[in-house]
Amino acid sequence: MTIHPHRQVIIIGSGPAGLTAAVYVARASLTPLVIEGEPSSSSDQPGGQLMLTTEVENFPGFPEGVQGPELMQRMRDQAARFGAEFLTEKATKIDFSARPHRVWVRDDEYSADVVIVSTGARSLMLGLPNETSLIGHGVSTCATCDGFFFRGQEIVVVGGGDSAIEEATFLTKFASKVTIIHRRDKFRASKIMQERALANPKIVVRWNAQVTGLIGESKLSAIEVTDTVSGATETLQVGGLFVAIGHRPNTDLFADVLTRDETGYLVTEPGSTRTNIPGVFACGDVQDHTYRQAITAAGSGCMAAIDAERWLERQHATPAK
Amino acid sequence: MAENVVTLTTANFDETIRSADTPVLVDFWAEWCGPCKQIDPIIREIATEKAGVLTVAKLNVDDHGDIAMRFNVMSIPTMIVFKNGEAVGRFVGARGKTALVSDLAQYLA
Repeated sequence: MTIHPHRQVIIIGSGPAGLTAAVYVARASLTPLVIEGEPSSSSDQPGGQLMLTTEVENFPGFPEGVQGPELMQRMRDQAARFGAEFLTEKATKIDFSARPHRVWVRDDEYSADVVIVSTGARSLMLGLPNETSLIGHGVSTCATCDGFFFRGQEIVVVGGGDSAIEEATFLTKFASKVTIIHRRDKFRASKIMQERALANPKIVVRWNAQVTGLIGESKLSAIEVTDTVSGATETLQVGGLFVAIGHRPNTDLFADVLTRDETGYLVTEPGSTRTNIPGVFACGDVQDHTYRQAITAAGSGCMAAIDAERWLERQHATPAK
Repeated sequence: MAENVVTLTTANFDETIRSADTPVLVDFWAEWCGPCKQIDPIIREIATEKAGVLTVAKLNVDDHGDIAMRFNVMSIPTMIVFKNGEAVGRFVGARGKTALVSDLAQYLA
């Protein structure tokens, strides 16, 4: 067990929110420690959800678009330039019951006056019994990683939001046919992405349907699809299945400590990033179930950094509070 | 420490996994795979730290898709542990160093 020297600011999470907060906090010479997460093949990794996307077309300042991983690398480099320090680990435990606030990575203890929580959201899976064992054997959590292996095959993308439509469009580079299975009769995705997908001759949409079974022992061979209106089921032969049915905020670490809403998002005071605990601020998708964009996450990261700086100034101005 | 990591090709793959006197960890990767890039430094650190007890090798699936297909690799990164030419362990998906070291431990006894 190691107790690391106390510092003023710890940032947990390193998507657009955490890294923007890091840029601002570092420029204020507060040398933040960014506990950036661990590598994984899901969006729960350093850099967050953009690490699994390809072209980002709506981040201002990049008229030609920018690759998601490149954008995140640039944000990280920018924070590092001003002195942010990085720990490529996942926070495993927190204690915000006394000052200073404490954060653990396994047995290593870190403490800070301010903690900025930007742990983001992770992709939901279908929750079918053999889903986990079929990951890497036809079920994929990462279209950009695995699309290549489905060259010339028929595959399925589940979901109706921007991520699903983006994945489906991306996967037509490899697959002979991409079926989007969506439980409603219209998409949630932005109009421009929908139009692009619906105009793609390789994409077909199965509306009002859910994937209710995965068939295959060592390798996915087919799926069971249930019509949400008629209840009828059918079997569809597929080589690959990509799931993009939405996200859940990463707030398990803060259960019973930080106030969460009924869907698990952290609650912040309106117009600020303040949580229910003084000195703990939340930004990005972990507290946003409305906008969930890279740019709004970055904006709220900036807010968290400014809220944190002002809070620290007040602490020094009026001790014993 | 790149010298600790063997670059596999169709030409040296079988020879490498069969003739090594330690277990061989093969990391199936590609340039366009973000999670593969994230674990690359971890793979290289393990290669250095486990030198003599584990041979670490990388196979680019873009260049040698035939070998990826032979082992039914459908997702990268996939890491396969070989002993005397036989695949004895398989990990699909990126993970942190602590997790990977602990996953590997049972094959290094």
